[in-house]
Amino acid sequence: MDFGSISVLNEPYLTWLLQGLRLTFALFIFAWIIAFVMGFLLLLLRMSPIKVISWIPSIYIELARNIPLLVQIMFWYFAMPMLLPEFLQQALNRGDSGFILASLALGFCMAAYFSESFRSGVRSINSTQVEASRALGFSFLRTMQYIVFPQALRATIPLIMNNTLLLFKNTSIAMAIGVHELMYQVLSINNDTFRTFEIFFIATIAYLFFSVLIMIAGEFAERWAKKSRRTSNA
Amino acid sequence: MLEIINDYWLFFLIGQYPNGPIGGLAGTLLLATVCVILALPCSMLIAIGRTGTNRFWRGITFLIVYVMRGTPFLMIIFWAHFLGPLVFGNSLGPFWVMVIALVLYESAYLAEVIRAGIQALPYGQAEGAKALGFSRARTMTLIVLPQVMYSSFPALLSQFVSIIKETSLGFVIGVHEFTFAASQVNSILLVQPVEIYAILGLTFFIVCFAFTSAARWLERKIGKSQGVSLS
Repeated sequence: MDFGSISVLNEPYLTWLLQGLRLTFALFIFAWIIAFVMGFLLLLLRMSPIKVISWIPSIYIELARNIPLLVQIMFWYFAMPMLLPEFLQQALNRGDSGFILASLALGFCMAAYFSESFRSGVRSINSTQVEASRALGFSFLRTMQYIVFPQALRATIPLIMNNTLLLFKNTSIAMAIGVHELMYQVLSINNDTFRTFEIFFIATIAYLFFSVLIMIAGEFAERWAKKSRRTSNA
Repeated sequence: MLEIINDYWLFFLIGQYPNGPIGGLAGTLLLATVCVILALPCSMLIAIGRTGTNRFWRGITFLIVYVMRGTPFLMIIFWAHFLGPLVFGNSLGPFWVMVIALVLYESAYLAEVIRAGIQALPYGQAEGAKALGFSRARTMTLIVLPQVMYSSFPALLSQFVSIIKETSLGFVIGVHEFTFAASQVNSILLVQPVEIYAILGLTFFIVCFAFTSAARWLERKIGKSQGVSLS
């Protein structure tokens, strides 16, 4: 294939595309870290023995999972800055507020999905294991650290990979609030060159390439999880 | 907040309907329903191809499912937005563009749900039908699919929730639906985005949560009834 004949891959459009790809990855990584940490905190809160505290994450998870991500992103972008104190608003406006708020929205939304995956991993552990380790004198946190989490991790990784794929695909929605990620750049290149088919084809292939990478990693993780569980049972 | 609901409830509910295309919450639900009606047959065909013995159809359907799963939905919407009018003529409005995109995307996801149902069904069912002289097509339509549709109904219902959520993305190509209505109200009022987006989000939550709860309830019920019939 002669790339020289594809005008959308010439300058300056190649730079635009690469910038878009970079921002997509930045969004993906920031949101992933937020989602992972928040998802874990939600799980811990949910396991709390105090009923009222354990309701908070449940309500949050239902909210995040039953409201469209676009609406959540729009809420963060249009409404959240008004709820924040003055100095934070100014700090946001000084930085790239679209990017920051989009990654927060993505991260906080996906945290609910991550948390559900963690929870189903923890629930796959038989409660007798917890009882046994408590009987052996492990504290609650140590039980979690040494007994529950290492085992739950294996059941969780395939689910987490699935959510990672979802998160990667959902970064494109940040386009709706004007974050210059890949989808946005593709549309502006299209408006500039009118080479609709070429640019959309290239972008689709790019998205598919990374999605397939995540899917393959998920497949490997699943196999690894199955294998190590079999050996640990033997 | 109550003032906004009081002034704009009709607009939120049906958009500019008598004087324009149907929109608002009614538009969202209409879009989702049309999509499900069109996507279910497609997804059954894909699921049958995926579980069948024919190598060629297995390859094609595998490719469809994985391409759809690996591409952001926005990308599919824009493909439909640019290619739809080329295929179906220029009179294709944003509503039908969105229907095409949703059907393409959701067929793949619904197909995975139905495939899981087909594979969970004991193989004896298909074998028994074969032994009784049913053809493969009649085995599928009379024996396998009815049972699969029953047992995977909760999963299909929760997929319907994701369809409702995905209709909101029609906003980017100007489909008249709920998010679009809310952003129009926002651009009229300008100073109350918190209230407007809270109304938008909470209404979506009420609708979707109702379906999610129904799906959970049905799942428990169907699980129980199958447990009884097994014993």
